[in-house]
Amino acid sequence: SARRVMAAGGRSWFRALALGVSFLKCLLIPAYYSTDFEVHRNWLAITHNLPLSQWYYEATSEWTLDYPPFFAWFEYALSHVAKYFDPKMLVIENLNYTSRATILFQRFSVIFTDILFIYAVRECCRCVNGKRAAKDILEKPTFILAVLLLWNFGLLIVDHIHFQYNGFLFGLMLLSVARLCQKRYLEGALLFAVLLHFKHIYMYVAPAYGIYLLRSYCFTANNADGSLKWRSFSLLHVTLLGLIVCLVSALSLGPFIVLGQLPQVLSRLFPFKRGLCHAYWAPNFWALYNAMDKALTVFGLKCNFLDPTKIPKASMTGGLVQEFQHTVLPSVTPLATLICTFISILPSVFCLWFKPQGPRGFLQCLVLCALSSFMFGWHVHEKAILLAILPLSLLSVQRAKDAGIYLILTTTGHFSLFPLLFTSPELPIKILLMLLFTVYSFSSLKSLFRRERPLLTWLETLYLVQLVPLEIFCEIIFPLTPWKQHFPFIPLLLTSVYCALGVTYAWLKLYVSVLTERISVRQKAE
Amino acid sequence: FLGAGKPPMYGDYEAQRHWQEITYNLPIRQWYFNTSDNNLLYWGLDYPPLTAYHSFLCAYIAKLINPDWIALHTSRGYESQPHKLFMRTTVFVADLLVYIPAVILYCFSLKETSTKKKASICALCILLYPGLILIDHGHFQYPLSLGFALWGVLCLSYDWDLLGSVAFCLALNYKQMELYHSLPFFCYLLGKCFKKGLKGKGLVLLTKIAGTVVVSFAVCWLPFCTDMAQIMQVLRRLFPIDRGLFEACMFSSPPPCCKLANIWCSLSVLIKIKNIVSPQTQLKLSFAVTFLSLLPTCIKLTVQPSLRGFKFALVSCALSFFLFSFQVHEKSILLVSVPVCLIINEIPFMATWFLLVSTFSMLPLLLKDGLLLPYAVTMLAFLSVCAASFSIFEKTSAEDLQLKPFSLSLKGYVSWFKSFPKIVRSLFLLSVTLMGVLSLASAAVTPPQRLPDLFPLSVSVSSCLHFLLFLVYFNVVILWDSKNSRSQKKIS
Repeated sequence: SARRVMAAGGRSWFRALALGVSFLKCLLIPAYYSTDFEVHRNWLAITHNLPLSQWYYEATSEWTLDYPPFFAWFEYALSHVAKYFDPKMLVIENLNYTSRATILFQRFSVIFTDILFIYAVRECCRCVNGKRAAKDILEKPTFILAVLLLWNFGLLIVDHIHFQYNGFLFGLMLLSVARLCQKRYLEGALLFAVLLHFKHIYMYVAPAYGIYLLRSYCFTANNADGSLKWRSFSLLHVTLLGLIVCLVSALSLGPFIVLGQLPQVLSRLFPFKRGLCHAYWAPNFWALYNAMDKALTVFGLKCNFLDPTKIPKASMTGGLVQEFQHTVLPSVTPLATLICTFISILPSVFCLWFKPQGPRGFLQCLVLCALSSFMFGWHVHEKAILLAILPLSLLSVQRAKDAGIYLILTTTGHFSLFPLLFTSPELPIKILLMLLFTVYSFSSLKSLFRRERPLLTWLETLYLVQLVPLEIFCEIIFPLTPWKQHFPFIPLLLTSVYCALGVTYAWLKLYVSVLTERISVRQKAE
Repeated sequence: FLGAGKPPMYGDYEAQRHWQEITYNLPIRQWYFNTSDNNLLYWGLDYPPLTAYHSFLCAYIAKLINPDWIALHTSRGYESQPHKLFMRTTVFVADLLVYIPAVILYCFSLKETSTKKKASICALCILLYPGLILIDHGHFQYPLSLGFALWGVLCLSYDWDLLGSVAFCLALNYKQMELYHSLPFFCYLLGKCFKKGLKGKGLVLLTKIAGTVVVSFAVCWLPFCTDMAQIMQVLRRLFPIDRGLFEACMFSSPPPCCKLANIWCSLSVLIKIKNIVSPQTQLKLSFAVTFLSLLPTCIKLTVQPSLRGFKFALVSCALSFFLFSFQVHEKSILLVSVPVCLIINEIPFMATWFLLVSTFSMLPLLLKDGLLLPYAVTMLAFLSVCAASFSIFEKTSAEDLQLKPFSLSLKGYVSWFKSFPKIVRSLFLLSVTLMGVLSLASAAVTPPQRLPDLFPLSVSVSSCLHFLLFLVYFNVVILWDSKNSRSQKKIS
């Protein structure tokens, strides 16, 4: 039925949405861009000028190449177009080179590569089927999903203002999800393998893919009660999958293995020397942990439990990324975070194994993996919340429960992205866009599920409403107070801790709903 | 509305900041006079009192945030990021409070847009009009006068004549250029009074309206009513009649040769009028031509006052003023465009065409401000939104263009009218291509040495030709619009 909607109602509304958002992106071209702009310019220069063997050794600029080889090839391809815009941007020594042509070229390259994202969203809309046939196009789940994905506030400001290439990467991911939903397993696996070699952060969700493919593709049949039929193990499928993965990895890492540079590449891809938290704490569990540590320190000092001389002076929100020690609570090592992440992923993976519910189960596991690794990962960037938000959009238009969780996660996740744009001209833009997106998501999801009980409890609504005074305090009131000199990190701290509460709550709620749903299904089956 | 990233033009931006400085620091008596503190040659105040009050209000808020922005004498040419943000925010707030609600309420009040969806789409198209967005948020201007005029039209459409008059008086007291719209308002209200009978209800209405107008003017001009010299000085600042025919704008550097889409400027390409007639005659000539072109519409409106005729009259009168009067600024085309936005759902094709041409005519100004990319994007967005919502390319027949009555009286040309839609459509495509080519050329190509003003001139001449055709079209629609055609519409 979704397919009929897409065909009959005309692609015109989808085209209108895509065109509209592209126009918006063009208008955002002169906005502020972060150091990531220089990062990508540097990579254009490196891949254009140096031979392959030097790519991962080049260190003239501080922004060294730390994405997998496919992304480097992508930059190489872009650099061939770049030389028609402004050849000077391809000189490695031109650090922080920002001519008008450079800005135009880089911005347009992001807008252009978003075509892949638009195509992926269209494929995802095909997979979603609404239970009710709404008469008005504005109420159909496909339309709402298209808006929530194409006009996603987080993606817009991260890609088109802060400057990154997440658009087409998420396009690849959503496309692979869509292929898996359409039972085209090999294509989905291929796309995900390629994606992994574009940006290795997607390794967070690799367990979901692995287990789902193993369970639903390698074992081709289930027993009557839904449990695994061990006999149906298909060697052919396994070898095909393995072949795909090996082929893609060989294509990407092969040249470097031949050159014997694999350790260097890996060290660039996984820099563990950075601290537990970014300069601005991502709203995950460790933010709460740090905040607790600080609070206990202050409390301990006041009650004279601690010796003031033993406490290090450097404040961890003071600025640059650095390692530090916790004062009261035990320090956290990378290994500890890995173990925590692994433990938190296990329940969802087990659920996916023992009771696969088809594509929807896979999506739930994917979101949970993404969220869990966001919660407990080492040196997580707050942009990683998008990894959880975008797939959750697919679930949110199908069930009321997921819609409620989506609203909480999206609002707090997007709010936590505010400190990325700290310049004053961007303030009205980000507030206006955030308001538009939040108001639309609330009203559309509420109207979609209006026949079921309300999406959010009063407590959750109160929490979300409190974001407004928090924002007013951070942006308007705080700069006018004398505390700005002594404690400049207070707005960041407050934002990150408050959002961490919301994200943690959404994570726990999603987990509980997934686990209890499985149990009830199993009980029904028995 | 995302104007925050765009650089403001030094001229208008500095003028507004300077007015905030003057109105806050000096007493009211000195606002319009040339004193040691207030040098009228440096962006002197030349809009009516309401602008001054608005600047005072903004200055008050500015003082709370950072007094350096409006310090007397020392803040000239002040430019900083927070200040830019503040000024842009004031424009946006003015937009939000006055213009946008007027547009939305207007769309929802129209009888033709029965469903909510159609009304909101109509509102979206109007709000996306590139010209207003680019001038207000790119070039820097307050949309308050247009907003108030819109409120006036809105009130009149509900038959709240007194409120409408008040709103229009406010608009007039904000910018004297609203005089372009004054004739239609006057004729429409006069016609309404006549219809009600000159003895009895009509006379009562007439006196009530006159009274309201006088009272609103008095309230606005209250601080200046103390002595005659004040009022004369203000009037002298508002209407500097001792300037020539070709001075385009007081704020931009006077061009060596006029680049406006005005008939006198276009004619001056061919014949130097300055050398033939004296300035007094120029004035009288322009007055005469303007009023001649206005006369048919106004008479028709007074004799047969209808809301539809009123809206069309707003368009044609403003367009006549723009084309034929002296001392016109490029931005004045907005005074024509906003009424055209009001009739966008009656003649979507022609309205879209006109709005595109009007934005195009401002291209030299926009290029000076570095607004090429927003210009291109907003034009494309506007065209696609209008094309999608009103399906303009299908509705180009004579009936859709409201030319049915006219075509009926021209029965001799029946065969020509059969291919009318196709002709119109191809003309539109031709015009759009021409605009696109000229825009690209103005931006990318450097003009030859002998003709440095080639592109601005070609832009203004082609816009002028378009506007003349539109003037003829609008006049035809008004004059041939009779009660019969409206009853025909109701039946079908």
